[in-house]
Amino acid sequence: MRRLFISLVWLYFAALLIGPIAYLCAQASGEGLTVFLNEVMRPEAVHGFWLTTEITLIVLLVNLLFGTMTAMVLARQRFWGQTFLSGLIDLPFSVSPVITGFMLILLVGPGTILGTWFGTMDIKILYALPAMILVTLFVTFPFVVRELTPILMAIGTDSEEAARTLGANEWQIFIRVTLPAIRWGMAYGATLTIARAIGEFGAVLVVSGNILQLTQTATLHIYQSYVDFNYVGAYAVAAVLLAVSFLILIVLELVKARTSVMTDRSPQMVIP
Amino acid sequence: MKIEVRALSKYFGSVEAVSNVSFTVKEGELLGLLGPSGSGKTTVLRMIAGLESPSSGDIFIDHVRVNDLSVQQRNIGFVFQHYALFKHMTVADNVAFGLSIKKWAKREIHQRVADLLQLMGLPGLGGRYPHQLSGGQRQRVAIARALAPRPSVLLLDEPFGAVDAQVRQELREWLIRLHDELAVTSLFVTHDQEEAMEVSNRLIVFSKGRLEQIGSPAEVYEDPATEFVARFIGSMNIVEAEVKQGVAHVAGLEFPAPDFPDTQRIQIGFRPYYIKLSEDTTHFRLQARVRHVYFLGVAYRVEIETESGLILRSRMNKEEFRQCRFEVGQPVSYAITHFRILPQDHGTPSPAMGIPDSPLTP
Repeated sequence: MRRLFISLVWLYFAALLIGPIAYLCAQASGEGLTVFLNEVMRPEAVHGFWLTTEITLIVLLVNLLFGTMTAMVLARQRFWGQTFLSGLIDLPFSVSPVITGFMLILLVGPGTILGTWFGTMDIKILYALPAMILVTLFVTFPFVVRELTPILMAIGTDSEEAARTLGANEWQIFIRVTLPAIRWGMAYGATLTIARAIGEFGAVLVVSGNILQLTQTATLHIYQSYVDFNYVGAYAVAAVLLAVSFLILIVLELVKARTSVMTDRSPQMVIP
Repeated sequence: MKIEVRALSKYFGSVEAVSNVSFTVKEGELLGLLGPSGSGKTTVLRMIAGLESPSSGDIFIDHVRVNDLSVQQRNIGFVFQHYALFKHMTVADNVAFGLSIKKWAKREIHQRVADLLQLMGLPGLGGRYPHQLSGGQRQRVAIARALAPRPSVLLLDEPFGAVDAQVRQELREWLIRLHDELAVTSLFVTHDQEEAMEVSNRLIVFSKGRLEQIGSPAEVYEDPATEFVARFIGSMNIVEAEVKQGVAHVAGLEFPAPDFPDTQRIQIGFRPYYIKLSEDTTHFRLQARVRHVYFLGVAYRVEIETESGLILRSRMNKEEFRQCRFEVGQPVSYAITHFRILPQDHGTPSPAMGIPDSPLTP
């Protein structure tokens, strides 16, 4: 029975993950290194990589800042509507990214009040970087908050109060006591945010317009290459993204390992 | 007067956690706040520290009203029940925290930390992390950290609540020694009456947010000011008796109660060591049977069941016990030498009264 289940798990992984990934790698490298590099170095591809990096970094920064703040408020403060806000955090997970993009179009698209206003101000939201950042923010918003809220609740306020009795002001408490206690959780939330931001496709496709060398991210480039029958190009760029995701996954696992060491409360090397 | 608390009250919503509490702590004193959990003692401590703000009343530290001063400005040292050490910092960095906040010079911080670790019996452990220490060591680090910036008062919340019994005993003795050495005014909260008795110069007994009694451990034990204190401090046999013609009766026992009207029911309390037992069933007038014998280390507790089914606790030292060697089921005679009449409501119990004519034969 046990063997059967283990075999089934292997089979499941092989069919769903290992097989396709292996096939992708084989396809990407099938035409040789020169072709692979050619595809990856194409200006459209390079621009896509750059745009994805740009969006990811901005989204990461905003999420770390506001995600941490949100988690601090939700974990530490008691206020009206708290349960409602806590419930809303998971919303981006349950909304299809395409719908997310569509919501933004409804909000700031041509002919809408906001859209017209931004138009008169000569600020381009839709089919430009701001919209792409906004939708990516929307889909990645839960990661940092969900990671930090339970950690903040678990560590409690004792050590922060201790710092206060020792004369530390709120900023000193945050930098010297709270931040070190949640830094691995932040790292964990950050890696998830990066992975999701790099891979986002649906929402970005809807709001970007997929304009070549302008609003075409790496994932959109893969899609475009595929549609244009440039399979090798699609495979090559996909392989690069896969490699990055894989790298992030490894970092994530290292962080997890480190986190479990840090939170292990069992006394080690106790000197009597 | 180092600390003075005047008419302090604290409401959490509509719940009154602390009710009109006033007391003073003398310079250099080690004072215990004793009470069952939820009696408001920790809230009082946190209000003195500034971690909680009072609903009404005033707090003075060194004759300065501190109500409107922030925690940071009060110059207090606070020791938390669960240590609250900074887990990502070494022991030395933990102790140095308050000093670096106050911008001490590096060399002076180094010296102060080394001195404190020496004083706390933790030399050489400065480089370790909290999770590498035992519970007792962690608590001493917490105390060192609180003492480092030379606070004017030291506040300890259940300081030994989270360590096991043996370590707790060591830590108590160590705290007394430390206090003798440093003479820093200290206020500590505990629910453990034995701990409060042993450690404090004076103690304050709390119940349901109210201050029941302030006094030396001996005063509180010998002369409980209220029924609660009588019940809470030490062990007491309590029986309910009905008064008839100036004598309270219950299950064959009689207690003089001249000031009470007939048919009134009153509560009678007596400490276990005020019950004398004899293996000679004719020695005392009252008869009982031994139900259980508890060995307590320094003493014995003998539980007896009277003829009328009342279960009473008697306590005796080893020598007394050795002379009689009570065994379970053995018939004995007994006498109650002293008792108190406990008030029904929130009043003062009578002083201990002797029953001179109890023994049939001297």
